[in-house]
Amino acid sequence: MNIEIVTSDLLNIATLIFLAVIGIAIARIRNLFAVVMLSGIYSLMGASLYVILDAVDVAFTEAAVGAGASTVLMIGTLALTSSREKAATSPANAIKGLIICTLLGAALIYGSLDMPLYGDPSAPIHHHIVPRYLNDSMAEIAVPNVVTSVLAGYRGFDTMGETFVIFTAAIGVITLIGRKRRRRKTSKDDGGHDS
Amino acid sequence: MMQHKMILRVVSKLLIPFILLFGLYVQWHGDFGPGGGFQAGVIFASAFVLYGLIYGLGSLRTVLPSWVTRLFLSLGVLIYSGVGVVCMLMGAKFLDYYVLSSTEHGGQHLGIMLVEIGVGMTVFAGIVTIFCAFAGRAAADMYQGDGDQEESNS
Repeated sequence: MNIEIVTSDLLNIATLIFLAVIGIAIARIRNLFAVVMLSGIYSLMGASLYVILDAVDVAFTEAAVGAGASTVLMIGTLALTSSREKAATSPANAIKGLIICTLLGAALIYGSLDMPLYGDPSAPIHHHIVPRYLNDSMAEIAVPNVVTSVLAGYRGFDTMGETFVIFTAAIGVITLIGRKRRRRKTSKDDGGHDS
Repeated sequence: MMQHKMILRVVSKLLIPFILLFGLYVQWHGDFGPGGGFQAGVIFASAFVLYGLIYGLGSLRTVLPSWVTRLFLSLGVLIYSGVGVVCMLMGAKFLDYYVLSSTEHGGQHLGIMLVEIGVGMTVFAGIVTIFCAFAGRAAADMYQGDGDQEESNS
């Protein structure tokens, strides 16, 4: 029992250290292809962290969307733009960025001080509506996976909204860049009809 | 596009059926284990994205023409909201699935399954559509000279 706790702690610490290292690397590397690959690895590490936290459904989504789909889409974006990050314009901007990041980080840490401890059974999230879902889901909906019964059953309206978000995103992309670009030579009014 | 990547071509051809199968498994097994329509849609789409990456956008569009993805994109949301409207027509509230079948639990199962199919279709078509739009625009930029590229990029 004791050994199990130590192992899961070690796994947590190792995963978080990996996440931090990848984050720092992403901030420092200028080659955007490498950055995209690293962000895919970051998502994969995040997915493993969710598995350790027993949130398998979230881990599944993170691995499929974060590490899979969005990496491909980012590479597609790089093909349209540039694969190299421009150097910082002036040191003054870097100092401004540092100040903003420090303030934001301090605010986030200050905010997290009020949060209940990890796994605290008296945390508000375990007392609001979750017990009802967990206790009554089997009797009311009879779907063994409570996540599915909450997503599609109790919260069906929210999930419908999410589906419409995907729909809208795809429609938006078709409208913006789905059509072919007009030839530069022939069209003086490029952009008037397209894009 | 990638004419000489023999290993990639062979391995992807081997992998794609299993990816599709896994996507279907995740779709139908969402009631019992992790997964569901969203994840299934992404996995199913990733098989086609892989095909498009290795064999080129033209081959992908031969397998999956743009009208098919557009149809799936709209059909998914239509199925989802349609289930809700059917529930209303049968005398319950919007998306209250228990009226869909003779037993309450059967209705819930049926409703959740249909809704998940809708989510899966829209997510699958959405990912493929977005990928094709980006890849098609990139290809069009690369071959700036020939403007006779097909409209069917998206």
